[in-house]
Amino acid sequence: MASRQNPKPMTIDEGSVHIDPAVNKLKRILEGKPEPDFLPGEYIGNYTTIYNMCIQKPPHDQSQELYDKYGGIFEDYAKHTVLPSIMEKHDEYMLRELSRRWDINKIMVRWLSRFFFYLDRYFTVRRSLPSLTEVGMTSFRDHVYNNVHFNVKQVIIALVHKEREGQQIDRALLKNVLDLFVENGMGSIKRYEDDFEDFFLQESASYYSRRSSRWIQEDSCPEYMIKAEESLKKEKERVAHYLHSGTEPKLVDIVQTHLLVLVAKQLLEKENSGCSALLRDDKTDDLSRMYRLYHAIPKGLEPVAAAFRLHVTAEGNALIKQAEDAATSGSVEEQVLVRKIIDLHDKYMAYVMDCFQNDTLFHKALKEAFEIFCNKKVAGSSSAELLATFCDNLFRKAGNDKSNDDSTIESTIDNVVKLLDYISDKDLFVEFYRKKLARRLLFGRFNDDHERSILTKLKGQFGGQFTSKMEGMVTDMQLAKDHQTGFEEHIKNLPKGVDFTVTVLTTGFWPSYKTSDLNLPVEMVNCIESFKAYYAIKTNHKRLMWIYSLGTCNLTGRFDSKPIELIVSTYQAAVLCAFNNTDILTYQELLEQVNLSHEDLVRVLHSLSCAKYKFLNKQPASKTISKTDTFEFNSKFTDKMRRIKVCMRKFKKKKKEKTKLIMIVVKQVPLPPVDDRKKVVEDVDKDRRYAIDASLVRIMKSRKVLPHQQLVSECVEQLSRMFKPDIKMIKKRIEDLITRDYLERDTENPSTFKYVA
Amino acid sequence: MRRSSAASKKKSDSVTTDLFRSGSSKEMDRIDHLFNQYANTSSNLIDPEGVEQLCSNLEVSHTDIRILMLAWKMKAEKQGYFTQEEWRRGLKALRADTINKLKKALPELEKEVRRQTNFADFYAYAFRYCLTEEKQKSIDIETICQLLDIVMGSTFRAQVDYFVEYLKIQNDYKVINMDQWMGFYRFCNEISFPDMTEYNPELAWPLVLDSFVEWISEKQA
Repeated sequence: MASRQNPKPMTIDEGSVHIDPAVNKLKRILEGKPEPDFLPGEYIGNYTTIYNMCIQKPPHDQSQELYDKYGGIFEDYAKHTVLPSIMEKHDEYMLRELSRRWDINKIMVRWLSRFFFYLDRYFTVRRSLPSLTEVGMTSFRDHVYNNVHFNVKQVIIALVHKEREGQQIDRALLKNVLDLFVENGMGSIKRYEDDFEDFFLQESASYYSRRSSRWIQEDSCPEYMIKAEESLKKEKERVAHYLHSGTEPKLVDIVQTHLLVLVAKQLLEKENSGCSALLRDDKTDDLSRMYRLYHAIPKGLEPVAAAFRLHVTAEGNALIKQAEDAATSGSVEEQVLVRKIIDLHDKYMAYVMDCFQNDTLFHKALKEAFEIFCNKKVAGSSSAELLATFCDNLFRKAGNDKSNDDSTIESTIDNVVKLLDYISDKDLFVEFYRKKLARRLLFGRFNDDHERSILTKLKGQFGGQFTSKMEGMVTDMQLAKDHQTGFEEHIKNLPKGVDFTVTVLTTGFWPSYKTSDLNLPVEMVNCIESFKAYYAIKTNHKRLMWIYSLGTCNLTGRFDSKPIELIVSTYQAAVLCAFNNTDILTYQELLEQVNLSHEDLVRVLHSLSCAKYKFLNKQPASKTISKTDTFEFNSKFTDKMRRIKVCMRKFKKKKKEKTKLIMIVVKQVPLPPVDDRKKVVEDVDKDRRYAIDASLVRIMKSRKVLPHQQLVSECVEQLSRMFKPDIKMIKKRIEDLITRDYLERDTENPSTFKYVA
Repeated sequence: MRRSSAASKKKSDSVTTDLFRSGSSKEMDRIDHLFNQYANTSSNLIDPEGVEQLCSNLEVSHTDIRILMLAWKMKAEKQGYFTQEEWRRGLKALRADTINKLKKALPELEKEVRRQTNFADFYAYAFRYCLTEEKQKSIDIETICQLLDIVMGSTFRAQVDYFVEYLKIQNDYKVINMDQWMGFYRFCNEISFPDMTEYNPELAWPLVLDSFVEWISEKQA
């Protein structure tokens, strides 16, 4: 049946009479030839023609024919017009033509699919055929793209190479062409990848491989790195401008591999300009660059961190050696050394924060480096001891040296705490520190704020147990003041005796001191008794133990010419006061009267009769004290000073303690022997043995059964906060515990231990 | 009638606790008789003098390992002394009621002791046997050296010689305890000598052996 509009069905050929001109007109328009635009009437007419042909009742339905014609139009155009026009050109011109033809094709598809639109409404859908758009695009792909892409790719890569060599190229053109590649994938990126990207990446790889070979020969490490950084930047830019974004990670990977990974060893170890050299010459910019470059590469930073660690260790070791060489007569200048180590730490910590962007790998490297050299001995002194001495000097001088204001002291304290973290024998530090702290506190050379500040910081870092004794000591001083005030109140109403100050220490917090059964001069005895009475009222259940070796006395020596005030130790005072009643005494008589040990008495007498000031005359007048000597009060003694402080010389071999006699009342140099380094080490060793025992028992009690190696490693772990236990010592303690029936060996498995309840 | 009832009474006796009456009582009598030949009549023990006499009759030296093995068999508690009970125990087990039978039993005894399953026990026993005081836990170096020689000398001559030399030279240890004693036994059995390649001081070996191995390595170097 004919339609209402057209009485007779139209055949395809008849239809073509209407369609073909329209198509040609379109082609001419698209090709830029002079041609008037389509009028709306024309447009509708074309559409209608096709529509009519489609709705003709079968067998006159021309849909299939129209569909085929449509496809034919594109195929024809592609084969006979488009493709040749591209193929006849070269290089950039070819690209341009391709790009142009592609754009044309897109528009043509759009227009023609509108003309033939009715097919898409029913025909293609019903028959599950590709849509008109698809046909148009597929046609281009099959007949044009597939034939040209190889050559096009070559051209593109050549252009890229040109650009890499520094020439300008038309980036927009490349972008268009590459978009074309993508779109010809019809939804999949595969065409782009297979037809272009793979080749491109290969080419880039060989390009950068060649580059790096040349650069690595010619350039220094910093220069190379700059070029590498530049290259990476440029390639990323390239992607942004005309490559598909998916190419970026692959491209970056290739560039990095060839420029950085494959030559890493050569680059970093370059003589005079490699990693170590940069560290040596403080080239922070270059090091930052190195970090940036290698940061993106997995495990890339490991060699850099290793070089960093080696360098810092070497610097640290150099400082240690320097200090060793400079140490004359076995005395190390710890002020200088510790300061230098602190400075070293600050310097390289800054590196870690800035150049290496706070990366944990570098924190670790720094830590390891410091742990290596901070645990070395310097001229026989352990680092723990040196650090303790450093603190001691710092706090002593704090009062006098105005250049050390509070904030400097605070920051130095912070540094000390940091350094202590690297030292494995922390308990040794505590012991030395405690002994020196005791002297500072007892002789009034301390600043309460500073002392508390460092203790707070140590507590924060290492726990309360670390600082408990020292805190107790500082608190004792506070309490002592209160006691003293109370005591003075108490004796206010009693007959005035000798001025008397007592400092009460809690045993256990303080280092142990020798006591002696000194016979005090009678004047002093009364003071002791009255304090005892006062103290008994204030507290009960506490026993007082008097440590005369730490006391000082101010005596007035009534010499013939003028009285002179003498500041002496209690021992010295006892001896001098013996002469209150008689002028002459023999050694033996003094010994009996004063009741000191031979060793102590000899030292005291030496300081009073053979040293700079001779308050006593000795018969015979030799340089040493012997048991047969006689002593006489030297009433003829005089000096221009009105106040003299008398030190006792130590006969034991010890470190520096200057025995300069200072004229005016000043810093009191402690009188009892400076603690023997050996004794401190022994004490610490003893404590360690107990600590190991306790730790082993604790572990076994909770685990009941444990193999040897695990027991050892758990023990080390538990104790690591305070010190690094020696494996041999642990083994010995285990054996001791077996003997004492705390543990036993498993009979089946002798390398396992069992807890004995 | 009466006799048989007496006999049955004896039988019923034998079912009761007295171990030493089971079996032939004649054997036990002979064992006791032998005991009395060596025992000190006032203490009713065989004392060192008696032991020496016994040894000479057995024709072994009193430092011979076989006497120690005999003591082990007897489960003797005090070094140098045998109680009657111990004597009975040992000789009964060896089925020896005369001196000759005892002498003949010794080789068999030695074989028995040297069996792997028994030797460790014997080795430990040897140590305990030398603990003379009440709360004693360790033995002095001198005695240890002698003991090592007796107990292990025939089987591990080289190790014993070296270890004894080391013990005499070193100063760290004045006594050796049971754990260290047993450690040496394990050492002889598990570690090839003198190369000692399997020895690892990080394992649970007693410290004295660590030092011993170190000393040998230094000597060999």
